[in-house]
Amino acid sequence: MLTAILKRILYGIVLVIAVVVLDFLLIQAAPGDVVDTILTEAGGGNPALAATIRASYGLDKPIPVQLITYLGKMLTGDLGYSFYYDDTVFSLLVSHLPSTLMLTLSAFVIAVFLGTLMGVIAALRPRSIFSHIITFFSLFGYATPVFWLGMIILLIFALHIPIFPAFGIYSVPRPEGTFDRILDVINHLVLPTFTLAILYLASYSRLARASMLDVLGADYIRTARTKGLSEFVITFKHALKNAALPVITVAGLQLGSIFSGAVLVETVYSLPGLGPLLYESIVRRDYPVIMGVLFGAAVTTIIANIITDLIYNLLDPRIRGIS
Amino acid sequence: MNNPSVESENTVLSVENLCVDFTIRGKQVHILSDINFTLGRGETLGIIGESGCGKSMTALALMRMVPSPPGWISAGRVVLNGEDLIKATEKRIRNIRGAEISMIFQEPMTSLNPVYTVGNQIAETIRRHRDVRRAEAWKEAIDLLDIVDIPSPERRVREYPHQLSGGMRQRVMIAMSLACEPKVLIADEPTTALDVTVQAQIFDLLKKIQNDRGTGIILITHDFGAVAEMADRVLVMYAGHTIEEGSLDEIADSAHHPYTKGLLRSMPEIDDDPDDVRKPLPEIPGTVPDLLRSIEGCPFAPRCTFAMSKCRDLPHYFDLGNGRSVKCWLAQEDIQAKEQA
Amino acid sequence: MKTITDQQDISLSFEEEPDQPEIWWRETVRMFYMNKAAVFGFIGLIIIILVGLFGPVFFAADPFAIIGLPLTEPGKISLLGTDYLGRDVFTGIIYGVRTTLAIAVTATVFTVFIGISVGAIAGFYGGKIDNALMRITEFFQVLPPLVFAMVIVAVFTPDLMIVIFAIGVTSWTTEARLTRAEFLKIKEREYVMAARAVGAKNKRLILKVVLPNALPPLIIAVTLRIGISIIYEAALSFLGLTDPDVMTWGKMIGLSRDFFFEAWWTVTFPGLAILITVLCIALIGDGLNDAFNPKLRGR
Repeated sequence: MLTAILKRILYGIVLVIAVVVLDFLLIQAAPGDVVDTILTEAGGGNPALAATIRASYGLDKPIPVQLITYLGKMLTGDLGYSFYYDDTVFSLLVSHLPSTLMLTLSAFVIAVFLGTLMGVIAALRPRSIFSHIITFFSLFGYATPVFWLGMIILLIFALHIPIFPAFGIYSVPRPEGTFDRILDVINHLVLPTFTLAILYLASYSRLARASMLDVLGADYIRTARTKGLSEFVITFKHALKNAALPVITVAGLQLGSIFSGAVLVETVYSLPGLGPLLYESIVRRDYPVIMGVLFGAAVTTIIANIITDLIYNLLDPRIRGIS
Repeated sequence: MNNPSVESENTVLSVENLCVDFTIRGKQVHILSDINFTLGRGETLGIIGESGCGKSMTALALMRMVPSPPGWISAGRVVLNGEDLIKATEKRIRNIRGAEISMIFQEPMTSLNPVYTVGNQIAETIRRHRDVRRAEAWKEAIDLLDIVDIPSPERRVREYPHQLSGGMRQRVMIAMSLACEPKVLIADEPTTALDVTVQAQIFDLLKKIQNDRGTGIILITHDFGAVAEMADRVLVMYAGHTIEEGSLDEIADSAHHPYTKGLLRSMPEIDDDPDDVRKPLPEIPGTVPDLLRSIEGCPFAPRCTFAMSKCRDLPHYFDLGNGRSVKCWLAQEDIQAKEQA
Repeated sequence: MKTITDQQDISLSFEEEPDQPEIWWRETVRMFYMNKAAVFGFIGLIIIILVGLFGPVFFAADPFAIIGLPLTEPGKISLLGTDYLGRDVFTGIIYGVRTTLAIAVTATVFTVFIGISVGAIAGFYGGKIDNALMRITEFFQVLPPLVFAMVIVAVFTPDLMIVIFAIGVTSWTTEARLTRAEFLKIKEREYVMAARAVGAKNKRLILKVVLPNALPPLIIAVTLRIGISIIYEAALSFLGLTDPDVMTWGKMIGLSRDFFFEAWWTVTFPGLAILITVLCIALIGDGLNDAFNPKLRGR
């Protein structure tokens, strides 16, 4: 079991290296380079100056050498420097990642748990109105653009019925005391999390319903009934665990998609996350930051995938392999 | 209708006039019509019939597990130890299931929950019906695995179903069903999905358990070979009716009902006459009736070589004495012939 | 004694699947028609496509043209109001059908082509080829799609082709995995082995034997992929990462972002257009899913 985890982590590192290589190739493909950016910021320059700066960045060396240098830098945490923000890319990532992570994780957890619960309840009464609503609303979850939904929700809940704050992750000025600060952050995260979660919740509840219906017809449920177990035990001990597995699998595969959704939601709600960071740097052609965000996003996804794999292994003994 | 089966102090289960109906496409269909039989202590009753004759539905009815939106038990009594299971409350039935009467099914590969250990599932039965602590129940589970001849039970008890072979899983099912010492064990085609060699082992195991504990076994199968191996008495079913009952020897040697005779004849035998090898297997012409159309009279009549005009009326169940009975008008003539003799 | 010969109808508990393709397809279409929601979605989509094709003919106008004062409410000058520059929302939506659908369909074709090719080759040949292709697929899966697409569009000039390329490159992995799984399953079936036994070459096997049998889930995947592509394109143009000469619904939402608090119509209507279009596609996809389901066919 331990060797499997190690192998997985090792494989993850290989993927990270591949991402770095991709970053490098993309930078090479981009028109203009760091030097042009610097010179533009500085207000123009002459070829001699450009050549000096190039040399200092090692940009006059052959490509493979540049690649190795780049790899070395990235993997040791030197992700470059942003002239616009006047900060290292690494610290920019570190300061912007938490907001995105909080949003992604809360939306993920809510969508999976609530979705499974709702789907299970719908499966127990397959012909009820609730059940049909779930089937129908899953389509809306698929068809609604998340950024548009965010704006509509903002319109309703922040403007017309002002319950929740509209923008940012905390109020200005920040409240005193840790507890109040935490509450404040949660308050600001309610609408964005809801926006992001509801779309996935719609599809997970439908998936959970179908999965639960499948499981309830299985032979081992019939066996459980012949043992005289109560309906409660049959539903929540025997059926639920089996029914939840496909939902978790799908949700795990969609982590990248949820992350992307978070990027959009952050832009709408002006949260200080990777989304606006990426967007701003694209507008300003701040390549180190752009590549840094891609790198950071990929690393986060890789780590998240490993964790989901672990969780799935714990839940389904068939995957664990025979001891 | 008479109940001709032998009832005695030894009788553990008595089924009288059991009827199960289904609502299919708006119509009421008789899936089981007037099922009658008894089961004695330590006795094996083999219920035999072709697919669709209602044998599995009979088993489900005994457990009160008839799928309830389309189906229901419309009449009859199922008396287990003096208690009518049909009239019992839902709560009472749940206490009886797994404790007084238990069941194993055809598909061992899918009958166990894949995400819980074998030990967990056996201990669950024990703790459901008896006041036993977890550690105690676990230990009993290991003992049960030993009784069903699973090697290294202490190791196996912590394994998951997918780590066991089909034969072993069926043994686990048997262990689970015996955990609370039931009076009756229903085995619905327990070996159909298994190898022939494993089949023999499972039957030996069931016989051993029966000898040790006096459990009554109802063996449901379409395979007369299995019946010959295990059963003391045989019940033949056709199109939802019980049509003949008797001891194994009586049915095998002197079957009365034309269907039973046809069934026995159609089984291939190992013949030592080489010239007969190419003979076509005798078969019963025609097919099983469609239960969606209400059947008037004897359900077997359309295919019966001995059919008479009298067969337009459903035959009575004729008691030929000694637990022997037939649902056929021919039996009436036999009785009259005997009386005249 | 005579035998009562009684001609009884034998009712089969299930219809055996005939091998003729025409009957199979006819049954699929029949199942689809029986699903009211699916038919509703189908008709809805046809209407939308007709609007896209003929709308500009009847409402000949330039979506970029200024027709009146900025931020006028619906009903005053135009049916759906004007945006922050005074452009007509209604015209934008009509013209948006073409651009949105064209981009989405092209991107889908691109995505599906890559996906099916990779999946088919990996699934059919197995072994080292499968391993290598799966590693590549996993690599692409690890990059969050939108982020990756944003980076691609940022690096190269924002151009229609680049947008389609970006969407395609970041989305093909789902179809690849699906195709691979189907091929792995079908490869072992008897009719494939039979075709191989009479000497069919690999290329023929892939294209003429395995692929046609893998079609049902692929058709559904393609249908759903069109819907996803519409939303994907909308997200990119919302962020401003598209061709500046093209007006799509997502772009309309993005441009009016700062004004929608005062002018809800500039954002609501384009969004509804996206929602309704993709909803129709989803209903069709659902209908196809049920129509292909062997457990539901034959009544």
